[in-house]
Amino acid sequence: MIPSIPQPRSFRTIYGAYVVLFFIYLISPLVVVAIFAFNDSMFPSLPWGGFTLDWFLNSTEPRLGLFHDSRLLDSIWTSFYIACWVMTLSVAVGISNAFLFERKSFPLKNLLYMLMLLPLVIPGVILGISILVFSSTIANWVELNLGLNLEFLRPSSFLVILGQFSFISTITTLIIAARLRKFDTSLEEAAQSLGAGKMVAVWTVTIPYLKPAIIGAAIVAFLMSFENFNTTLMLVGSDQPLTIAMYGRLREGSTPELNALSLLLMAASGTLALLSVFVQRDRK
Amino acid sequence: MDLAKNNKSFDLECRDLRCNFGSFVAVDNVSFGVPEGDFFSILGPSGCGKTTILRMMAGFLEPTSGDILIKGKSVLNVPPNKRPVNMVFQHLALFPMMNVAENIAYGLIRQGVNKSDVSAKVNSALERIGLPGSGEKNIKQLSGGQQQRVAIARCLVLEPAALLLDEPLGALDLKLREHMKVELKKMQSQFDTTFVYITHDQSEALVMSNHVAVMNEGRFEQIGTPQDLYYNPNTAFVAGFVGESNRWHGRVDEVDATGIRVSTAEGVSFLAVPAGKERLAVGDAVDIFVRPESVVIAHDETRAHEMDNRLSGNVISVLFNGANSRALVREGRSGGELDVALPQTGEFSNLAVGQKVFLGWDQAQAKAFACPSGNNQGQGT
Amino acid sequence: MNTSNAARLGLILLLAPLLVWLLALVILPHIDMLLISLRERVAPQVYERSFANYAEFFTEPLYWRTFARTAIMSISATALTLLIAFPVSYYIAKMLRGRLKGFLFLLCLVPFWVSELVRTFGWMILLRESGVISNVLQWTGLADGPVEMLYNDATIMVGLVYTSMLFMVVPLVTTLDSLEDSLVEAGYDLGGNGLTVLRTIIIPHAMPGIVSGCIVVFMLTLGNYLTPILLGGKSSMWFTAQIYTQFITRFNWELGAAFGFLLLALSSAIVWTGLKLSRQTLSESMG
Repeated sequence: MIPSIPQPRSFRTIYGAYVVLFFIYLISPLVVVAIFAFNDSMFPSLPWGGFTLDWFLNSTEPRLGLFHDSRLLDSIWTSFYIACWVMTLSVAVGISNAFLFERKSFPLKNLLYMLMLLPLVIPGVILGISILVFSSTIANWVELNLGLNLEFLRPSSFLVILGQFSFISTITTLIIAARLRKFDTSLEEAAQSLGAGKMVAVWTVTIPYLKPAIIGAAIVAFLMSFENFNTTLMLVGSDQPLTIAMYGRLREGSTPELNALSLLLMAASGTLALLSVFVQRDRK
Repeated sequence: MDLAKNNKSFDLECRDLRCNFGSFVAVDNVSFGVPEGDFFSILGPSGCGKTTILRMMAGFLEPTSGDILIKGKSVLNVPPNKRPVNMVFQHLALFPMMNVAENIAYGLIRQGVNKSDVSAKVNSALERIGLPGSGEKNIKQLSGGQQQRVAIARCLVLEPAALLLDEPLGALDLKLREHMKVELKKMQSQFDTTFVYITHDQSEALVMSNHVAVMNEGRFEQIGTPQDLYYNPNTAFVAGFVGESNRWHGRVDEVDATGIRVSTAEGVSFLAVPAGKERLAVGDAVDIFVRPESVVIAHDETRAHEMDNRLSGNVISVLFNGANSRALVREGRSGGELDVALPQTGEFSNLAVGQKVFLGWDQAQAKAFACPSGNNQGQGT
Repeated sequence: MNTSNAARLGLILLLAPLLVWLLALVILPHIDMLLISLRERVAPQVYERSFANYAEFFTEPLYWRTFARTAIMSISATALTLLIAFPVSYYIAKMLRGRLKGFLFLLCLVPFWVSELVRTFGWMILLRESGVISNVLQWTGLADGPVEMLYNDATIMVGLVYTSMLFMVVPLVTTLDSLEDSLVEAGYDLGGNGLTVLRTIIIPHAMPGIVSGCIVVFMLTLGNYLTPILLGGKSSMWFTAQIYTQFITRFNWELGAAFGFLLLALSSAIVWTGLKLSRQTLSESMG
């Protein structure tokens, strides 16, 4: 079953057709979402009402276009804000963890490594509720004993950031550690031999070497945060991130404005994804 | 020749250097000095402790005891980046994310040299290593030999007291390695810098060095010029490790003013000269070393007749290699094998397997070393 | 002395973020959740230790049926994903060469960078009563009137398999890619046919990828919320929706926490069994 071994023509045809069908299955939901963004009709469904850009540009109800829908634009901003924080925190912790697990030896290292992987095998909903429960416990205790009302420990963007950070850090750690494992430590010694102090050597040689992985991890972290739903759902406060806002609209039944938004998201995340693939591939 | 007691100024000196890893003694009381402008090699089999010495000099390892001096000043507790020596790593350790010029400029920038001086120095270094205008090139665009030169230039622009080289030719293919030997020697005299070179390859050490230290199991066996090591080895290890030798094991039968007579277990008797530091007495176990090129080979018995030691045997294999051609001969009486260099006259060009030949060598060419505890194992030819 | 002190300081500095993260956001929250699941409200603001929440789960058929249904559907979805993904992964890894291979692999990845919400939205447009497939069926004469394809188990399955595909394809392609052609050739050369080579050479080689793919897919399916709710509607009966209801709608955190733990226990048990059966460790299949 490799090209060098002859197979009956019929087998090849069926196999090829299967793969083609698979890719149709893969692509079709995205294609229909994109096409209906331009449907001149109140609903993202057939019949086709003609081509329009209203769902992007129109400024009046009921055919409010995406670029004039301040509620959706606000939620994009909220998601962006959260994603930036999650990206920064999880990349920073990822770098630190990578150095810890690849360069240091200490007691209980294997146990800590297992614990570090744990957030990957905990369903997102449960990560969300556990953080919700714990932060409320703290907030209640503080309120009861100190009389302070810690608003940020109630469902809010702050908790959403913590919740997403709690599992995205595992992923950034794995990406950055994988690259650091391939680093030849004699490069750092060479830098020291050429007059760089330990920290300067790390900063001028190791970090640039890790750069593709750091950029890749940052993109992954940003996208995962921006698109996260399960953990966010449990922790969301008054500022709705985009996924939560979209979910609400989807349940209400929405106009093709949602398709317009989806198309933009696809374009943006597709570009970022390709970028991360190329950044990481280029210098391997 | 004991370099450590020489009064000349040393660029680099190690005194009673010792390094233990747990209970394992990697470097055992090593002392030596490297004079200014010297090409000094440490030669030894892998695991003998030579890399450990180099890493201690560079500052990546702390000696357990002893002292390291650079230009007469102790550098113990000085971190690697503050030591005036630079290291060329085994796999070169060129920074892959920087171009050629940035690699060479790296150390200069760390020293705080200003930008215009940096680029002037980088350009002149590129010119000296024969790569003018290649500053913008990626490291991966260079050939193995060019990378080698960049790795050395990157250190030499810093004008170090000494350059430490950790088997930098090991990763190259054979042909390039031969070429780089000559090139390294040229660079060393061109930049006029002290080189400390470690290798397990005797030909690298012999071809390039002014002085070679032969190292085994954490100790220096002998320090000397390449010629010294080759012609006057002090220990059996040096005789066996440097160059090639035929080796016999036997016991001393007679001692006189000119030398000793030794007989092997197979009943063959040889005249030899004692070469080690120990005095030999009748009954001592010894190893005898004879270089293949010291053995005279002849078709008839008369040519070998005037030699002190005489043997005959049959050719079992001819190893033709131009000027370095050899014959393997099975000795008639003991059945032992001898490695014999063929003279370049072409006289033996039609030597055939099975042919009978006569062999002989002078007493002075046979070096006898006391054999510790009768142990006759070790490196042969 | 100096260097060892610096090394110890470095270790502490690197260890600190890890410990803060794991303790504050993973370990302590779960311990707290466990404690809350083990208490019962006997009066306002008064709680007692008890197993009442767990007892309620087992006595109320709706709860444990939802739980069992979620588990069974997740296992089926995982198996189905593997069956569909394996031939495709094999095709990409072994039948193709060069640019086309890289391109198709990327094509597998890119759709999954798009939010799950958008993907599910696409399926809704395709499958709803007034949707694309319904219209195509009517137009071709295969159906007389509008067909509603949303809100049934098959649809949920289609959505779950779709959402999980990436996490199966990537490990499979990676492990199959490392299988040398010569091994397959040797299998045929020594008298094997397509099936025996698949069974004795290809599948054993791909086992690490199969295991890690299945674990991740199972975990994601079990913890999924969007796809069952949006494609299955009220009939979805998904356990995460139960947790959401207890926490957010009914504000019964004690029961919700107990449900959370049961889900966690189920997923750990199945992941652990999968690892044991295939003799792998978590770090091997995740790292």
